[in-house]
Amino acid sequence: MSDNTNTGDGAAPLGMGGGLTSAPKIQNMKEVFAIIAVAVVIIGGAELLLRIFDVKEFVMPTPSAIVTALFVHFDEIGPHLGFTLVQLAVGYTIGASIGLILAAVITQFPFVEKIITPYILLLVTTPMLALVPLLILNFGFGYAPRIIAVALAAGPMVMINSATGFRRTDQGKIALAKSYGASTPQIFTKIRVPMAMPMIIVGLMMGAIFSVITCIGAEMSGGGFGLGSRLTTFSSTLRTAEFFAVILILAIMGIMIYVFFSWLGKKLAGWES
Amino acid sequence: MTQRPLNIEHATKVYGDGPGAIHALQDVDLHVEQGEFVSLVGPSGCGKSTLLWSIMGLHGLSSGTIMLGEDRVEKPHPNIGMMFRDANLLPWRTIQKNIEFPFEIRGQTPDTGKIEALLDRVGLGGFGSKMPRELSGGMQQRASIVRALSSDPDVLLMDEPFGALDAFTRDEMNMLIEEIWEETKKTIVLVTHSIQEAVFLSNKVHVMSARPGRMHKMFEVPFPRPRDLKLMESKEFFDLVNEIKSEIQHQPTSASAAAAAE
Repeated sequence: MSDNTNTGDGAAPLGMGGGLTSAPKIQNMKEVFAIIAVAVVIIGGAELLLRIFDVKEFVMPTPSAIVTALFVHFDEIGPHLGFTLVQLAVGYTIGASIGLILAAVITQFPFVEKIITPYILLLVTTPMLALVPLLILNFGFGYAPRIIAVALAAGPMVMINSATGFRRTDQGKIALAKSYGASTPQIFTKIRVPMAMPMIIVGLMMGAIFSVITCIGAEMSGGGFGLGSRLTTFSSTLRTAEFFAVILILAIMGIMIYVFFSWLGKKLAGWES
Repeated sequence: MTQRPLNIEHATKVYGDGPGAIHALQDVDLHVEQGEFVSLVGPSGCGKSTLLWSIMGLHGLSSGTIMLGEDRVEKPHPNIGMMFRDANLLPWRTIQKNIEFPFEIRGQTPDTGKIEALLDRVGLGGFGSKMPRELSGGMQQRASIVRALSSDPDVLLMDEPFGALDAFTRDEMNMLIEEIWEETKKTIVLVTHSIQEAVFLSNKVHVMSARPGRMHKMFEVPFPRPRDLKLMESKEFFDLVNEIKSEIQHQPTSASAAAAAE
């Protein structure tokens, strides 16, 4: 349950609706027990095997060593978690807001949409991580290049999914609103936005996940602060337990993103499940 | 209460221009007295839905006028309400919130007492907090009836409201509409593919013809009211339905009309 939890988490929502709302629910105590039992077997098994074969800690630390490192050396990790969260919050807020507004506006003008969409697609498919060296060259080793990279990763992802949502116009429902004399803003807030909501939430979740990946990557390519920089530092100094402690934090962040957006999806778009 | 008949004169609607133009409606006249129940039937493409949407003020006419009493209808009129195909509830709102939707759009406070009474009337008492997907098709359509009636329009337009329902539920809904019409005496214009439904519910059935969409023939329905489902088993009912059916079938089909136009 270590380094691939994060990416595995990212793959789930690609399955759209299913990833958002239909995660299996825990039904009874028997299932709770089974979940705990499996966790004990996997984590305990890893602990046991690593001890039996006397694997060196710098090669692969035991789960207990990872957790111990997280607490003992938290003073070396905690501040960097703070830097990363600030960059993520600022970059994601900027990127997601622009993406959302752009999607809402652009879908009202099919002609403009047709012309702009290929470029948005280009931004979605190009890893923004690749731009980081250039951004560092232009904006130095501070917060700026990372925030820009995060915004560039989140924006197009939010935009392309939300646009799909806003394009789902149901003429019957719009006619219904019009038959009661609804104005264009009323049709937007009371019909278009709720109809788009399931896809907006998928976009926001994908954007958040890509933000984390891009942020950590950007931190790894220079600057000396942020969780990504700790990964390079700890691995180059063979502090593998601390390295995995950082990975553990990233995995927890990924899971929290998933849990938060699943909750949001149920709350705001549960009607579609 | 002043008499507010619905008067449509020379209604024409053309889509596109030049030789490819489609005459959805050509010079259609329709007069509906207040409290009258009329149906529009005809082959698909005869413009019956276009006419209905124009009366709702959702489609502009190319020429001609639609009047409700003294008011010219060019945009949605507050005294005209519409029931759409397939209930058309908003799936993200509860039944109660769906019914309050018209009030919300108009910035009015919903009359919750009246809504509750209407919900009880159609057999949906206690279902206000349910989501549409939790209800059967028939129940959704009942909710849509309540939504249309709650703002108390003088004229109620129905655009194939029961097309998606099974035969039994459809009969049930027809009976409910009949009862509601008896109670409220609203002016109702129904567009339907079911001639039985049209005959069962209406005072008059207008048959339209396709391409261009025109008024073809009008049938008075002589059966006394209130009616019940037994009427559908009578010979007179059967004969009238067949007469209307053959009137529709013996029109030139839209394909041959199009061929003739070329």
